[in-house]
Amino acid sequence: MDVILFLIFAVIAVVCAINVVVQTHPISSAISLVGVMGSLAVLYLLLGAEFIAAAQVIVYAGAIMVLFVFVIMLLNAGAESKRGRSLMAQLLGAPLLVALLGLLAYFVQRLYPRSASVHFGGFTHGTPLDIGRALFTTYLLPFEVTSILILIAIVGAIVLARKEMD
Amino acid sequence: MTAVPISWFLTLSAVLFVLGVAGFVFRRSVITVFMSIELMLNAVNLSFVTFSYQLKQVNGHLFAFFVMVVAAAEAAVGLAIILTVFKNRATLNIDDVDSMKN
Repeated sequence: MDVILFLIFAVIAVVCAINVVVQTHPISSAISLVGVMGSLAVLYLLLGAEFIAAAQVIVYAGAIMVLFVFVIMLLNAGAESKRGRSLMAQLLGAPLLVALLGLLAYFVQRLYPRSASVHFGGFTHGTPLDIGRALFTTYLLPFEVTSILILIAIVGAIVLARKEMD
Repeated sequence: MTAVPISWFLTLSAVLFVLGVAGFVFRRSVITVFMSIELMLNAVNLSFVTFSYQLKQVNGHLFAFFVMVVAAAEAAVGLAIILTVFKNRATLNIDDVDSMKN
């Protein structure tokens, strides 16, 4: 049952991720990216990360992707042009990426043999209670720094995107 | 009730990361390049949560949470920069924005 659930959403995630890369129109890429994020949220639930799954849907699929779609609408972004592709990237890019994937997959298989496995309900400490407790004790300083980072980002975005006043 | 090997999750994370790198390297539209970065951050988040499951600790979830926060801040500032570049140069092609090259 867990394997079926994993396979369904892993295939959806990979197909949507390939679609993000191959679509020429940005809005198609954005919608595919929402598909990747939704299926990753289901996989987080499978891993027992309830809070992260909810935050994934709200923050990523909800907030960040809406921002992307707004900007695509605002800039009236069309399909990208095919010109100006470097020969080096076309010749070397794909083999190097396959080599990187092969290397990563090889080390993952070597480091984690079949004995270690995931089943639903195997880890139950990903609830908002546990996250909040850790966030406000062990990780209090990073949490406060995060709030300042968000404040700086808001001010920076407004300063960058406003109309010139003079 | 069959269990999923932990290496499958990590391999899925690697596949998503490599697809993000492919989008980052091959695409010309600055918005799509930016979305590829988000894809890579998502792949890393999946690794964090998987390691958190394997070690039976909640720390990985907190790192994933911080990555999400940084991604949100980065998206806000990055999209504002894209807006400004488009206002000044009327292009979304990353090859046309090369004033630091010469």
